[in-house]
Amino acid sequence: MSFRNVGIVYRKELTEALRDRRTLISTLLVPLLLFPVLTAGLGAAIASLIGKAKEEVPEVMIIGGADSPEIVAGLQKLSKIKIVPTTPNYKEQIANKEVRAAVDIPPNFQNDMAEQKTATVKVYIYGGEMKSAFAADRVEEYLKNFRDGVVKDRLAAKNLPTTVLTPFDIKQQNVAPPEKVGATAFGGVIGYMVILLCFTGGMYPGIDLTAGEKERGTMETILSSPISRMHLVLGKFLLVLTASLVTAALSVTSMGISFAVLGHLHAFDQAGNDAAQLQMHIGLATVLSVFVMVLPLAVLFSALIMTIALFAKSYKEAQSYITPIMMLVIIPAVAAMLPVDLNAKLALVPILNASLLCKELVTGTYHWNYIAIIFFSTCVYAAAALFLAVKMFQREEVLFRS
Amino acid sequence: MIETQRLTKTFNDKKRGKVKAVDSVSLVCHPGQIYGLLGANGAGKTTTLRMLATILEPSEGTAIVAGHDVVDAPEKVRANVGFLSTATALYPRLTSQEMVEYFGRLNGLDEATLKKRLDEIFERLDMNSFRDRRCDKLSTGMKQKTSIARTLIHDPQVMIFDEPTSGLDVMTARTIIEFIRECRDRGKTVIFSTHVMSEVERLCDVIGIIQSGKLLAEGSLAELRDRYHKQDLEDIFVEIVAPLYVPEEGN
Repeated sequence: MSFRNVGIVYRKELTEALRDRRTLISTLLVPLLLFPVLTAGLGAAIASLIGKAKEEVPEVMIIGGADSPEIVAGLQKLSKIKIVPTTPNYKEQIANKEVRAAVDIPPNFQNDMAEQKTATVKVYIYGGEMKSAFAADRVEEYLKNFRDGVVKDRLAAKNLPTTVLTPFDIKQQNVAPPEKVGATAFGGVIGYMVILLCFTGGMYPGIDLTAGEKERGTMETILSSPISRMHLVLGKFLLVLTASLVTAALSVTSMGISFAVLGHLHAFDQAGNDAAQLQMHIGLATVLSVFVMVLPLAVLFSALIMTIALFAKSYKEAQSYITPIMMLVIIPAVAAMLPVDLNAKLALVPILNASLLCKELVTGTYHWNYIAIIFFSTCVYAAAALFLAVKMFQREEVLFRS
Repeated sequence: MIETQRLTKTFNDKKRGKVKAVDSVSLVCHPGQIYGLLGANGAGKTTTLRMLATILEPSEGTAIVAGHDVVDAPEKVRANVGFLSTATALYPRLTSQEMVEYFGRLNGLDEATLKKRLDEIFERLDMNSFRDRRCDKLSTGMKQKTSIARTLIHDPQVMIFDEPTSGLDVMTARTIIEFIRECRDRGKTVIFSTHVMSEVERLCDVIGIIQSGKLLAEGSLAELRDRYHKQDLEDIFVEIVAPLYVPEEGN
């Protein structure tokens, strides 16, 4: 094993990588910009759009209700909705988003209420449409208040206190510290982002150093030099690994800074209370621990990308092989965002384990036994992938595939 | 010196099954001589030369190149070989000097020796004007010179050229031909492949005619003329190759 030779290859590949725009963009620029853009930009945009949707006064139609003037007048008085004249094609209008909702008041409704009968008030909405839901919410809020009034009257008529309806209260008590509420909700996303960027960071140099070399015709040149193929792969591998780790490191750092800045600015306060829980604090220890866990994963990705890309004859062909592999990375990383808890079996599933762990690390939970299992199992997978990459470089039919 | 012993290479082809690209080729090439491997496309020239340069491993047989066995000590063989073909491109994002330096280092030269050799070669090949220019910004001629410098940096005993002039314009091709002649005059062992008759006539001390992986005839130009009672090398070539010739299949 000659570290000198590996070093020579590494230095040369580094020189070339630093002169390659594609590599620089995917390794340096994307991770640096993604989190600030995602947190500040997208977050603020979503918050402001939702805010706007809430501010808008939706138009609502009332169907029937001629014999229930009190209800109709009450609805008309609501400032958060605007009652428009009823037309027979109200369903169509809702579908066309000209009207956001319609309230169907059954005949004789007010009388029925007074006579202690039951009835159903229908609210027509366009399911999944946020503005329609807001309109329905406001209508229903009014109707519920009205119903409460009816209940109160009926109880009073029978001389019963209102407390008969609520013999006991149910109250949720949050034990998670306020800053961790956000981390728990978004920890999965962070793991996902870091893992994905770790892959994409290694992707371009990984292809460039294998299929790219074949495409440019330099493969034969380098193979005619005395360097052993093992040293050649290791030198190349170290460069791909560097790119992957730099991307991961930059993304973790930029993530930390983005959230810290966000915490200081309270950027989401204006968007209302539910958005305020987005605030979270990611400390240095968290950033470091996420980075350490990503390390063997970066080795796995780098070796995997090189093994697959080497098989391709051109950059394009390599990209079409790597894209489905990226799905294999994304799926387990996304799965970690589902309400799954880490267990011994899942700790052995590559990628999924690391992304579940990232989720825990971000919330400040350290299950040392799982950390050990995940770290070492990923190391084993990584070693296998690296071994495969070295073997691949020794196969003539792969190097000279035509 | 190059000496091959029943050198054979078998490939697995999806359509045709096992294909012998090179079939028991035995040849000898001495220092201070140019051996020309003449053959049509797909005759097995490139595969033979790649085995000599240890880029491919022989399926059977072996070759001794510069005193080392290509199967047992491929890295030692490569340290004594300069390999140049139209397929051996340059790294586009390295400068001409960086390219040559890289190969000098891979050949184990220390920095002092490397610098001395580099200056000497760049001077001799008149390359100083584009020393620090990136390879993707070089003209074809400059690229060829850089490739030549790359093969010379470790001062190899054996030079292997695989169709070195293919696709080059006349002027650039001449530089290469001159360079091949110079290698012989400096006492190096030279083997090169081509399908251009005139190059063989002008350069080669020994000619080997190859078809379907088999070395069919070998000798100096004079010997071949005598043996086949023909003056024109092309006529001789056609007579030798015709019985075995199959048009190259697209791969």
